[in-house]
Amino acid sequence: MNRKIYLDNASTTYVSNEVINEMMPCFNTIYGNAGSLHSFGRDAMAIVDRARDRIRDSINANKSNEIYFTSGGTEADNWAILGAARANANKGKHIITSQIEHHAVLHACEQLEKEGFEITYLPVDQTGLVKLPELLHAIRRNETILISIMAVNNEVGTIQNIKAIAKIAHDYGILFHTDAVQAIGNMKIDVQDMEIDLLSMSSHKIHGPKGVGALYVKNGVLIDPILFGGNNQERGKRAGTENVPGIAGFGKAVEIATRNYIINSKKLRTIREYFLDKLSEKVEHFQVNGHPQQKANGILNISFYGIEGESILMLLDLAGICVSTSSACTSKSLLPSHVLKAMNIPDEIAQSSIRISFGTNISKSDVDYVVNEIEKVVSKLRAISPIQAGRI
Amino acid sequence: MYSKVVMDRFQNPRNAGGMHGANAIGQVGNAACGDIMKMYLKINDNGIIENARFKTFGCCAAIASTDIACDLIKGKSIEDALKVTNKDVIDKLGELPTHKLHCSLMAEDSIRAAIEDFYKRKEKESKQAIKKSKRNEE
Repeated sequence: MNRKIYLDNASTTYVSNEVINEMMPCFNTIYGNAGSLHSFGRDAMAIVDRARDRIRDSINANKSNEIYFTSGGTEADNWAILGAARANANKGKHIITSQIEHHAVLHACEQLEKEGFEITYLPVDQTGLVKLPELLHAIRRNETILISIMAVNNEVGTIQNIKAIAKIAHDYGILFHTDAVQAIGNMKIDVQDMEIDLLSMSSHKIHGPKGVGALYVKNGVLIDPILFGGNNQERGKRAGTENVPGIAGFGKAVEIATRNYIINSKKLRTIREYFLDKLSEKVEHFQVNGHPQQKANGILNISFYGIEGESILMLLDLAGICVSTSSACTSKSLLPSHVLKAMNIPDEIAQSSIRISFGTNISKSDVDYVVNEIEKVVSKLRAISPIQAGRI
Repeated sequence: MYSKVVMDRFQNPRNAGGMHGANAIGQVGNAACGDIMKMYLKINDNGIIENARFKTFGCCAAIASTDIACDLIKGKSIEDALKVTNKDVIDKLGELPTHKLHCSLMAEDSIRAAIEDFYKRKEKESKQAIKKSKRNEE
């Protein structure tokens, strides 16, 4: 079986040719340190600045200097949470986030708990949406300093009501951070219109290179650094030699993702609907987890009753089809996904889930092949399962 | 991540599926940890396990472990079957990743659960036999 179909684009994506072309000169031609004063350094800095401008335009930031490059989404999330909390600790020590955040946010919050902060982890409804009344209820006047809610969930694709949440935060004078790692290219982002103070981004989810991301910090928002060393790098906020090739590629990738957002969304929705139609024809007893409409078009989290996610993944892999169980970051853990658990999905159904995340390069015949293989895998595993799928 | 034997047993389990006429059925595990194993045994009047089959909800390691466990106890007396441990299962599988070792333990447990069920059934049968004979005396 030589056919290979990659359906794990929410984990990472291939680097597009346009992006590679943008990066190539930075390896051996414009290889200066962006911090150097000489022409090699200035040329490198010009590339970094161009990438910064591209990202400013894509998220409609007011100024380019509100974009800080990082080593990726995890660092951006860690920095936003730790940096904003520590810099504003004099105003209060309470933070609100949700139970379905990425671990880059959740574990940073756990670190803050050790430093004496109090964290409220908001529940979500069955579609994965944060309940706004619960948010209002959790806010403590003169104590809550930060609200962090992800824009698009990586496991189920649900899109939060970011603008409304930011509005609530600002009504109470609270900073608002959103993890937008899965959101770039999946929804329109306008940090000014949506009143976002801090926004995390990653490059490799949108056909950029790995190891680079950015944090948008609205001018005037106080945030402590978490990396120390280079006083002038990223205007003294983020130490470390700029990853010039990565940044060049990231800037281009964001530009392309934003430019193609509408056409890609349509394509992905068509693929998803076609897939679900075909799947419903061939397979019984499954459910799609997440919000039915308000969601990233490429992400499908499906539970096949009576069989376990990892064994589905492994059999599909043998047929050349690459999917994931919940998220790649937690796929070696035995516990059901924290996201599905927060959505109140019973363990039995949560353990039966796989995540399929489409790319726009998939063909109709690929989808047909995938559905056929899923049908085979599901019936093979159901034949040896002690749980009857029809009884769930 | 998995050994060749694990992958082979996962893809082509030799003992998968239920069994008609099983006289010992044991189930262990729960959905929260992601594994449920059900063991079906046919034990003859001499206490020899004539056949063993399984149904498993779980990962590759869980399916492979129960399949091997069936092989390990087929043809054995109940006494000898109870001596089979998770170590024997791992030995047959080649190796298991550390975070999947519990699968081999559960396979061992499923053998014990099935044998326990066998004795429970026997006890019930003998109680019924005593009742019946008492009724006949009356």
